Amino acid sequence: MDSFCFTGKSIHFGNDVDTDAILPARYLSLSTQEELGPHFMEDLSPGLAAQVAPGSILVAGENFGCGSSREHAPVAVRGSGFACVVAASFSRLFYRNAINIGLPVLVVKDALQIPEDSLLTVDCVKGIVRDMETGKEYIGTPLTGFMLEILSSGGLIAHLEKRLESVGK
Amino acid sequence: MGMTITEKILAAHSGRDRVAPGEFLMPKIDMLFGNELGTSLSIQGREHLLERGVFDPGRVAIIPDHFTPNKDIVAAEMCKKVRNFAKSQQLEHYYEVGRMGIEHVLMHEKGLISAGEIVVGADSHTCTHGALGALALGVGSTDFFYALLTGELWVMVPETIRIVLTGKPGRWVTSKDIILHLAGLLGIGGANYKVLEFCGDALSYLSMDARFTLCNMAVEVGAKSAVIAPDEITLRYLEGRALRPWNIYQSDPDAVYCRTIEIDVASLGLQIAYPHSPGNVKSLTGDGEKIPVDQVFVGGCTNGRLEDLRIAAEILRGKSVHPDVRMIISPGSQEVYLQAMEEGLFKVFVEAGAVVNTPSCGACIGGHSGLLASGERCISTTNRNFKGRMGHVDSEVYLSGVPVAAASAVMGYIASPAEVQ
Repeated sequence: MDSFCFTGKSIHFGNDVDTDAILPARYLSLSTQEELGPHFMEDLSPGLAAQVAPGSILVAGENFGCGSSREHAPVAVRGSGFACVVAASFSRLFYRNAINIGLPVLVVKDALQIPEDSLLTVDCVKGIVRDMETGKEYIGTPLTGFMLEILSSGGLIAHLEKRLESVGK
Repeated sequence: MGMTITEKILAAHSGRDRVAPGEFLMPKIDMLFGNELGTSLSIQGREHLLERGVFDPGRVAIIPDHFTPNKDIVAAEMCKKVRNFAKSQQLEHYYEVGRMGIEHVLMHEKGLISAGEIVVGADSHTCTHGALGALALGVGSTDFFYALLTGELWVMVPETIRIVLTGKPGRWVTSKDIILHLAGLLGIGGANYKVLEFCGDALSYLSMDARFTLCNMAVEVGAKSAVIAPDEITLRYLEGRALRPWNIYQSDPDAVYCRTIEIDVASLGLQIAYPHSPGNVKSLTGDGEKIPVDQVFVGGCTNGRLEDLRIAAEILRGKSVHPDVRMIISPGSQEVYLQAMEEGLFKVFVEAGAVVNTPSCGACIGGHSGLLASGERCISTTNRNFKGRMGHVDSEVYLSGVPVAAASAVMGYIASPAEVQ
């Protein structure tokens, strides 16, 4: 099983980041992560998408990804270079969509206490975020069960393909 | 221990006698629907899997409604792709421009949802249909695709918040004011992962149109869905309309709720969500500074039904839209459009100086047909007012019910219908 451990620099956002902010609706005709990534947070943080180093960690407060069901939002998060998302809480739809496309997400109640621009190691299975400079650990809710199964397959459709193979259909 | 409506529907669709919050299930679904945005992303690069065919061509509806009539060439190509998909899969319910509606107005209008069913839609406002006593779940594109092939959806059994509505709403107070008030109480993440179950004697004053509005904005407090137990009003709506038989589920008297909230509707005033959050809600008091508006929008999946247009016409009849205001009215479906036209409502709107648009999600999501420039302000009957939602990132959207929107169009500032002479 994949370890779902990521090390990268953190980029921070506040509470209630909505999907209109993450990916404005005018880009919903686009569909690949290469197309969507450059428009991540385009209106509220112009130029940010281009500055996200591959493997960065997105850190946010409560209710990250609230609003619409657009899967374009987590696709844009991944497309802009983030390896995973750590938030105090997620909207239901963003959380589902992220797991389904194989983007690891971790709930860490104290996410907003993590200092900006930290070098973090995120262990989604253990549910621990470690600040690599100070050694401070932030405890989250480990990914388990069905959601970990989906992520381990590489997303819900890869999971389905495995299931279809196993029943020989 | 008893069960809620939601738990009963989930149990019945999972071959179980009972289920409890927190459990993971893979229930069978009764109906699946998608718009062009979610469907297009869903089928992208997965054509090889579609060769297996969809789980049931009679239980999948495709409704291009967001960027239609095609707003540009990219949207036209996307709609073509989705249309070809619907044709190649021989889907029975494909709704083209001219025969369509906004999905959350059209689905229940066409009888494609029955009480007691699990309906899954690739759009967050799918919760609208819980007003029929169904479990209506909004999902993203990958969930949609999984359901398309299997007729199943992974679900965690949610806890339920019981919302008891009591009393008779005052003049001009609508279900929109109730749900905006609740959004103010709970905040936009206040019901994350939970279901809102509306009950109480105030429901007897709410038509199905009003109930769809109520349930529509459940997702604005983060809820998984909303549900209302079927009663005579529901059954009257379903009879002669629903394409499949219905099952009536009621919550047991000893069902377990994580929270109960009581709202005295009789004492509730007109509610406004200020920029830039549906949870930033205040009562319209008439005191304080007047807030001028550049645009008024009436429509959307929240308030684009016949009852809404009748209320707008009642206020606009014989009046003029303020010279500094653009008023856009968008009926929610072709059926609503035709009925409104036959009732003479369009004459009222056009004579007042308002424009009547075709059914579309365009203006509400800042897609097309009514976007805002920088510094502009709109009062809208839709459901979201996040920064940049209806256009330029430096524009502002206020949310209200139809009476306040229509009154504001006449007065030129955010106003109560009582102010319209």
